[in-house]
Amino acid sequence: MAVLMEVNNLVTRFYTQEGTVYAVNDISYQLQEGETLGVVGESGSGKSVHSLSIMGLIPSPPGKVENGEVIFRGRDLLQLPPEQMRLVRGAEIAMIFQDPMTSLNPVLTIGSQITEALKLHMGMNNNQANERAAELLSLVGIPDAASRLNNYPHQFSGGMRQRVMIAMGLSCNPKLLIADEPTTALDVTIQAQIIDLVKRLREEFDMAIIWISHDLGVVAGIADRIIVMYAGTIVESGVVEEVFDDTRHPYTLGLLQSLPRMDRSSQRLVSIEGSPPDMRNPIAGCPFVDRCPVRIDRCVTETPVLEAVPEGHQDHMMACWVDVRELDIVAASEGAKQT
Amino acid sequence: MSAVADQPLARNAADADADGRVLVRVRNLKKHFPITSGIVIQRQVGAVKAVDGISFDIYEGETLGLVGESGCGKSTTGRTVLQLYEPTAGSVQLREDGELRELTEMKGEDLRRMRRRMQMIFQDPYASLNPRMSVGRIVSEPLRIHKTMERNEQEGYVEHLLERVGLNPYFVNRYPHEFSGGQRQRIGIARALALEPGFIVADEPISALDVSIQAQVVNLLEDLQEELNLTYLFIAHDLSMVRHICDRVAVMYLGKIVELAPADQLYENPLHPYTQALLSAVPVPDPMREKRAQRIILTGDVPSPSNPPEGCNFNTRCPVRFGLCYDAPDPGLIEASPGHFVACHRVG
Repeated sequence: MAVLMEVNNLVTRFYTQEGTVYAVNDISYQLQEGETLGVVGESGSGKSVHSLSIMGLIPSPPGKVENGEVIFRGRDLLQLPPEQMRLVRGAEIAMIFQDPMTSLNPVLTIGSQITEALKLHMGMNNNQANERAAELLSLVGIPDAASRLNNYPHQFSGGMRQRVMIAMGLSCNPKLLIADEPTTALDVTIQAQIIDLVKRLREEFDMAIIWISHDLGVVAGIADRIIVMYAGTIVESGVVEEVFDDTRHPYTLGLLQSLPRMDRSSQRLVSIEGSPPDMRNPIAGCPFVDRCPVRIDRCVTETPVLEAVPEGHQDHMMACWVDVRELDIVAASEGAKQT
Repeated sequence: MSAVADQPLARNAADADADGRVLVRVRNLKKHFPITSGIVIQRQVGAVKAVDGISFDIYEGETLGLVGESGCGKSTTGRTVLQLYEPTAGSVQLREDGELRELTEMKGEDLRRMRRRMQMIFQDPYASLNPRMSVGRIVSEPLRIHKTMERNEQEGYVEHLLERVGLNPYFVNRYPHEFSGGQRQRIGIARALALEPGFIVADEPISALDVSIQAQVVNLLEDLQEELNLTYLFIAHDLSMVRHICDRVAVMYLGKIVELAPADQLYENPLHPYTQALLSAVPVPDPMREKRAQRIILTGDVPSPSNPPEGCNFNTRCPVRFGLCYDAPDPGLIEASPGHFVACHRVG
């Protein structure tokens, strides 16, 4: 497999009246062709801002990509002039958003919204574009597609709208699809339908996917590799089985332990104390230090770097000074609560 | 729901009633919202059958989970049980001084007195706290409304409540915007506890919170239940969390309960095809299990509750439907095994 995209030292900040928000702090990773990369993190962890930075969609002001490069098929997207970036967006990289209710235009028909990209990027005329749009709609499982092209978004249910968004995303055969919490607003049975659909389509279209989610369960099912983000940094990354079964970062471990499992009955949940840090303060030391049950003195002063884990899979990386395998983290988090 | 459908529930209930364990009894509860047409002269042209004939008991000290997808009527059920909505039909009883008392016929001072025994925790901690009121005023508001406590005692009591939900009592003079989502939810919980209720309806209390904060709030709810002997109706769509926190679980679909069973039994051995599909759709944070997972993918969407299908209302999406599901009336709840109720023509 060849590298499709390389993100190097990406830094994004927002300059607001209440101060500078350090949203993405120096993240780097590689994405292979045809690979599905899961990006997990809580709200404010920078997972969405990082994807908007890649797409050149950070509103400026107040936001600014301060540093870094995004090498996509040999070009640095961050250096492309706007008119060239517009040719990449929608054609080579497509994006679908969380809320299908607000990301479709309510006063335009579904057909005109799908054909827009086809006419713009693929140079199709009206008839060709309509034909292709109908094809795409039936591909994403909307029955009676040709006649539904004339419908408006309010005539579709939430799950159907997300299917329309996916059809729009796929319309120009992108190499990369960025899905930002695409199933969060949907019910669980509809979520299962959409995940099933995306799994089928990624093979048909041979595209890479960046799947952003806060739901570790969803990511476990769809991703090949995952990145765990916290406070705008990558704290752990690797092949999905490695990260879930040989977890090395205390934050990832805490998240997994705080989740009840539907496939077994559970005792008291082990929670992560405290709340995520205020992103208006620049990171000094480890961003997780205040909540970490196994912190050492070094964590306060030195920011850990993302490195290969000791004695692990070669692709498995983490940013932590402590080797959690040597510690009983459950006992540690119970102890931390008592003090 | 037919009288026949209530029989097994009634028999089971009679046993429980004998030892006075039932705290809340709901029978045949309906809540229909009218759809009107016309500007000056409004005519009713239909009804959204949000809750359409449901029956269940909640035992003292237990947590009953109410799960289902959006629009299935679970929140409406919670609010109707608390008499925040006036029910269209049916009965809701709450135990007071050892006796089950009918709430739907109560008015005025009687009903207000009963309200002290039942409180609510809301889903959205950003919308359910008045931004212009200090934390102290928010938490003490129920005390002022119900006049259960002298003003000079209130301050100390509020501080005690804040401490109990894990907040610094020093926060009384702060305003909601100064708090994070998890802390706001704790304020909402403190307010619900102010009148020392026995019964609390928690309507999706953690779904607006971040994953790492959810466990904190759930642990708090469990601790409070143990300390104060609280009974919860826990409304949620997160099926993993429901299994963790609930003793028994009721699954709703389109205004009706399709299955009701002890939590472990429901998750190990779901009988209704909707419950089976719902459970199989939940992703588990375990890649190996996810790769093997056999999902039952339901086709289509939930029908509109203003125009539910004839016969069994799941017959538009059910993978195992047959003739009876269209021809026979809606299947009532039957007791498939002790304490395990299911409404399906395929079972029994």
